[in-house]
Amino acid sequence: MIVSIEKCMHCGACVGSCPQNAIFLNEIVLEFNENCNKCGRCVRICPAGAIEMEGKK
Amino acid sequence: MKTDYDVIVVGAGPAGSMTAKHAAKKGAKVLMIEKRQEIGASLRCAEGVNKKGLAKAGVPVDKRWVSADIAGAKLVSPGGHVFRIDESQAGAEVGLVLERHLFDKAMAADAARAGAEIWLKTAAVDVIKEGDKVVGVKAKREGEPMKLTAGCVVAADGFESQVARWAGIDTSLKAGDITTCYQYRMTNLKTEPDYCEFIIGSVAPGGYIWVFPKGDDTANVGIGVLASKLKRPGDVKMYLDSWIKKDPRLSCGQPLEALAGGVSVSPPVERSIMNGLILVGDSARIIDPITGGGIANGLLAGKFAGEVLGDCVQANDFSERSLMPYDKLWRDAMENRLWRNWMAKEKFLTLSDETLDGVIDTLSTANVDKMSVHNILIAIKERHPELVKEFEELI
Repeated sequence: MIVSIEKCMHCGACVGSCPQNAIFLNEIVLEFNENCNKCGRCVRICPAGAIEMEGKK
Repeated sequence: MKTDYDVIVVGAGPAGSMTAKHAAKKGAKVLMIEKRQEIGASLRCAEGVNKKGLAKAGVPVDKRWVSADIAGAKLVSPGGHVFRIDESQAGAEVGLVLERHLFDKAMAADAARAGAEIWLKTAAVDVIKEGDKVVGVKAKREGEPMKLTAGCVVAADGFESQVARWAGIDTSLKAGDITTCYQYRMTNLKTEPDYCEFIIGSVAPGGYIWVFPKGDDTANVGIGVLASKLKRPGDVKMYLDSWIKKDPRLSCGQPLEALAGGVSVSPPVERSIMNGLILVGDSARIIDPITGGGIANGLLAGKFAGEVLGDCVQANDFSERSLMPYDKLWRDAMENRLWRNWMAKEKFLTLSDETLDGVIDTLSTANVDKMSVHNILIAIKERHPELVKEFEELI
């Protein structure tokens, strides 16, 4: 997943919504771990529209 | 550096601080860790709470963290019908709008005064388990990895709810049970300074737009939309911006702050305890599914958790059996209400704008003098029994 650091508001909405618990927010940096199965829920959830699926534009 | 405690609380929000305070008061050695550099910031909340909720949790109102005292509420239907609830009896359910950055610090300060230790910039990154028992957390303090051990870990990590899931309690949510939110603190508004306003219908699919006064011409103007109703990334902000543009009382305003967040609008968790672990607040999914409010429930659950943990420390037993009184206390206090409001939410999100207009219109002639979801549901039961048929026994 690609995170726009300009758009991300560090709110954690994606973290709590991730069915795989694969996202970690350390104050301001979002990290996806290997459990991410690219389901795309975070892309839809993100209130700031800051997350994109890799390879999609 | 000390790394072994009776209780480690992960997250210094209101639920975590209440747990830390009440456990420390009963003699527990408590460490509360917070991954951010400041408790109470940055904001992810509309800041509304009712006085009854604070009183139940034993938190006396302190003017220093109150932003606005609310005189009543307005529920606005898609067609512009207004259902106004005035606090004519000035009962205990009068609302407050908080200054969360001050409120959260005041709650944490109470925990500190009771003897709890607080570490900032310390993130839990995993739990440590021995068999089926949680015995501590792996943490990073200013980036430095460390192991912290405890008789009991408290998952107070909010909506993110990662600690419970690392430990093996499933707190994952369906898309239909997640509300995604966007809010501006706006100023130069022409809205009423002492009324909380809720605007429902297709302007905020599955949720609502709120205007919560913050004194004078300033207010939190925000929106929650059900995740299952979102189509494109960033939709939620688009819904809010288009409403603000259309409402002349808001379009004259300017933003001072923007924030975002996720809110669970689900039934409460099936498991709130396991050996060496206890879930409190938003992480236990005990937010009210109708209002999205979680402060009062979080405070009360935190109080229960801290008191039970105090007893566990004295018995030196943090087994699931020993933590069981906590599970019973919070369920007795709020579980029926959470289920009822979840069912009400599931029903209301199926209603068309026209039906909502009709409901608000008839409610506006009903005699509801206290703003609570329960009183509104009672009025709906009288006038639109078909809408609450599936859960009428809970009203």
